[in-house]
Amino acid sequence: MRSLVAVLTVVAALVVVWYLACIPMNIAGVLVEAERAGATVTPTDGAERRATSGIVLAAKNSFAIPATWAQERPRLPAPDQVVNELWKTTVGMNITSKRSLVYHAWVTLSATLLGFAIGTGLGILLAVGIVHSRVMDMSVMPWAIVSQTIPIIALAPMIIVVLYSVGMQGIVPKAVISAYLSFFPVVVGMVKGLRSPDAMQLDLLRTYNASSAQGFWKLRLPASMPYLFASLKIGISASLVGAIVGELPTGAVAGLGARLLAGSYYGQTVQIWSALFGAAILAACLVGLLGLIERALLARMGMAR
Amino acid sequence: MTLAFAALLVWILGWAVNGWLARGPMANTPLVRLAVPLIFGLTILGVWELVVRGLNVPLVILPAPSLIAARFAGSLPVLWEDFSQTILKGALSGYVIGCGAAFLMAILVDRSDFLRRGLLPVGNFVAALPIVGTAPILVMWFGFDWQSKAAVVVVMVFFPMLVNTVAGLREATQMQRDLMQTYGASYWQGLVKLRLPAAMPFIFNGLKISTTLALIGAIVAEFFGSPTVGMGFRISTSVGQLALDMVWAEIVVAAIAGSVFYGIVALAEKTVTFWHPSQRR
Repeated sequence: MRSLVAVLTVVAALVVVWYLACIPMNIAGVLVEAERAGATVTPTDGAERRATSGIVLAAKNSFAIPATWAQERPRLPAPDQVVNELWKTTVGMNITSKRSLVYHAWVTLSATLLGFAIGTGLGILLAVGIVHSRVMDMSVMPWAIVSQTIPIIALAPMIIVVLYSVGMQGIVPKAVISAYLSFFPVVVGMVKGLRSPDAMQLDLLRTYNASSAQGFWKLRLPASMPYLFASLKIGISASLVGAIVGELPTGAVAGLGARLLAGSYYGQTVQIWSALFGAAILAACLVGLLGLIERALLARMGMAR
Repeated sequence: MTLAFAALLVWILGWAVNGWLARGPMANTPLVRLAVPLIFGLTILGVWELVVRGLNVPLVILPAPSLIAARFAGSLPVLWEDFSQTILKGALSGYVIGCGAAFLMAILVDRSDFLRRGLLPVGNFVAALPIVGTAPILVMWFGFDWQSKAAVVVVMVFFPMLVNTVAGLREATQMQRDLMQTYGASYWQGLVKLRLPAAMPFIFNGLKISTTLALIGAIVAEFFGSPTVGMGFRISTSVGQLALDMVWAEIVVAAIAGSVFYGIVALAEKTVTFWHPSQRR
């Protein structure tokens, strides 16, 4: 309960800071509009105005402050503008419409989920191989670890073009990027998890004369679950980033990444911010969903903490 | 076609050598531990080269490693310029500012229990978000040059670093703190002599996560607009010109930069937290 109050206070403080930041960020644009509309602006000279800072401008032209929160193309949109836009493009619009954020989110989400499923499946398979084969462990594992230190997302534009030249487009290239971004975290986490049973537990199974397959299904796999879920949570947000970045270099017309790109081309800042928050909400929902599944599963397995 | 069969042979040979080494009596010596992944890497490169040549894979799909190496060696000045624009100016300055700001913020937050309770869940939440998406906004605010890339990097590394440092500052046990108190240590003495050293493994964890994030942020931000230099710029334009050997050369640069950057931080960690169980031999 106390934590909730604390979290809400911090969030409220952030919102207040955001509103305050809007004033110096937007005041110059507002003053130009106000001057055109015939109002008297304090430094009347435009060049002089450009040289003064936003805070000074706001102090001298306090009448213009409310307008900084309601501009059409602000440098920094106010929170209520973003929430309004989010509401308008999700609830207030038909889902199948090309302007609906739900439609764009679904385009990105489908690629994310497909890629996440492929990446996780392959990752778990490779992890099982690594744990059971010493050769694979020694040859592949160092590379899997090194690959986490390099920005593999730089490969994204190339993957899209290469897959396009062999005739694949649409959801598949994005899913491939998502898959390989979620692949390595899952491998590393799953290997750690499958190795987490200690020698005592493995010895016990050996005294029961359990085969290696029984050891896998009854000890290693259940023991790896907490590790698996920890890396799944990292993997799904990496997948989402992959799907969004995968939409950038080809000039895709649908998807959250396409919304970001279109917004930045046409200076539609409110649209960028709402796409950004859409992506954030989506990521939070996915991670939260995995957390719920984890909790239910671990409780059922008697491993809940 | 014969070359493709040769590729198969190379693969079997490499795998057999690795199998022999890994099962052999020397398997746990450091030399073999280094040799096995190296052989595996070389095998992959050999198979790649032979398959590309044997099956005449067009350049547009996959250039051969030899071609990439030739391109790499042939355009070192361009690669160096891109490297210094993206990594040295964009990623590194953002990394230093972001991690430094998060560190100071963490020390401030740590003084108030209320702030810590409020900020930690928010920080954890934000650290899981696709923050790369702020790139178009920050490019709009700070212009096309490296300042906007540094800004993206600052935003990306701030929260992972903050969360890790705050968690680390709580690492010293009550017993140890009480001991400092009985010595009559002031807050700052307790911080510098007990709690910061105890927090170092966490801080370095944050620093290590941030190295990769910094490179990702700097490269992706260039997809939204950049001067005509930089790794992200070069990658996206070379892809447009179907000059995939150049793209791969840039990826090699990114891979080297990423591992060296990470390696330096890991090395620093080893010297600073030599006392920690995970570092002992």
